Amino acid sequence: MNFTMPIFSAALPEIFVLSMACVILLVDVYVGKRFSIVTYSLVQLTLFFTFILCAMQFREYPQAVITFSGHYVLDKLAVLVKLFVLVTAFFCFAYGRQYVNYRNISRGEYYLLGLFSILGMLIMASAMSFLTIYLGLELLSLSLYAMVALNKDSGLATEAAIKYFVTGALASGLLLYGISMIYGATGTVEILSLEKMAVFSPAQTAVILLGLVFVLAGMIFKFGAVPFHMWVPDVYQGAPTSVTLFIASAPKIAAFAVLMRILVEAFPSLHVEWEHVLVVVAILSMFFGNLLAIAQTNLKRMLAYSSIAHIGYMLLGIIAGPNSHQGYSAAMFYVTTYVIVAAGAFAVIALLSRSDMEFDQLDDYRGLNTRNPWLAFIMLLLMFSMAGVPPTVGFFAKLGLL
Amino acid sequence: MISLSEILIIAAILFGFGIAGVIINRKNIIVLLMSIELMLLAVNTNFIAFSYFLKNNIGEVFVFFILTVAAAEAAIGLAILVVLFRRQKTIEVDKLDILKG
Repeated sequence: MNFTMPIFSAALPEIFVLSMACVILLVDVYVGKRFSIVTYSLVQLTLFFTFILCAMQFREYPQAVITFSGHYVLDKLAVLVKLFVLVTAFFCFAYGRQYVNYRNISRGEYYLLGLFSILGMLIMASAMSFLTIYLGLELLSLSLYAMVALNKDSGLATEAAIKYFVTGALASGLLLYGISMIYGATGTVEILSLEKMAVFSPAQTAVILLGLVFVLAGMIFKFGAVPFHMWVPDVYQGAPTSVTLFIASAPKIAAFAVLMRILVEAFPSLHVEWEHVLVVVAILSMFFGNLLAIAQTNLKRMLAYSSIAHIGYMLLGIIAGPNSHQGYSAAMFYVTTYVIVAAGAFAVIALLSRSDMEFDQLDDYRGLNTRNPWLAFIMLLLMFSMAGVPPTVGFFAKLGLL
Repeated sequence: MISLSEILIIAAILFGFGIAGVIINRKNIIVLLMSIELMLLAVNTNFIAFSYFLKNNIGEVFVFFILTVAAAEAAIGLAILVVLFRRQKTIEVDKLDILKG
């Protein structure tokens, strides 16, 4: 029995976030409701310092480091994803602050659940075995279910939360069943050892493929691409806008990292097989996402359907990856630009909403130019970027994919 | 001696029941939570069976984590259910139709 000590410094950002979350939990209990600004600023400070820690790791570890008995990896992908997650989360909290104050949900729970889901995303970004992927994913999802339900007085929010919970739990069930099949065929859950095996016997391949289909179904559920997209519009509409802002942005990047690990790093030899599944999913997502978005009158629902379509584009990047050496980076660029644009759009909705009304019907936006020209202009830029009109960043992301 | 395939078939049947319970059930959200639990237990059976026949203990460790997470999941699900019941005075799946996905 040989036991090597894990390199704890590699996991410093996660350890820092976890300990700060515990500290803030205590501080919040003592400080109480009257000074909710304390919790808020502590959370933002935590995100800021975690960002610095991650940025330092980017220089310190030029080579990929695999530690914690092969369950944890620190490479360029992981660090970049973490940096993006932290930046987006920081701005999500900053923009959502006014909104949560109006809605009277600006309690410590909101920020703490946010912090825990960020911890989940950081773990997902660095996960190198199915066990860590599962744990990170569940930490993220469980916090998000609770965040959606935070606005207890709203019927919409509670209904969205229960729908999100049921579909999310179904997804993790599918994911786990797939993982158990892969474990049964190979006897390991570590991505590195799967990568080293590389060649599988025909019987093994059959079982792995069965497992991979289940794992993909679970991941597609979490992403919200077409065959399992039913929850996306409901949750986006029902959740408080500041939470929608959060759900629509950072988790997408983390899920992208996990998908890269499972498909590209664990099973490069089965590329042809998983490509077939993803092609269908990507095409259907782009088609139905854009088609159904046209019919919506609620802006949040419309953005939800457009997110489905954008996930389709991003999956195309992963499919095209092996054929050109820029495929994966194009997909990564696409998902980050999409996340920034979507976060911007939801931030505008959150900024415009007042305590008594939700500013989310398309009709509400009539004459925005006369009332608030700057926000109207920003919204215009964001929409152009989503559509991919040339001077905006969305165009370059789509060009990169092509 | 029970063979691996027999256990796998039982687990697959349990898992199928779980999925069917989530999809078919139109009456009660608590039954839905039970179906989800059934799915996770089927997965656990799978892991234990593989672990036993492959003679390594990764699967057993995995099961401990799944059990813990499943407990947390059930807690959050029931909490959301209580909030929902206070608000809507019903836990029927069919009555959840404000949002139409």
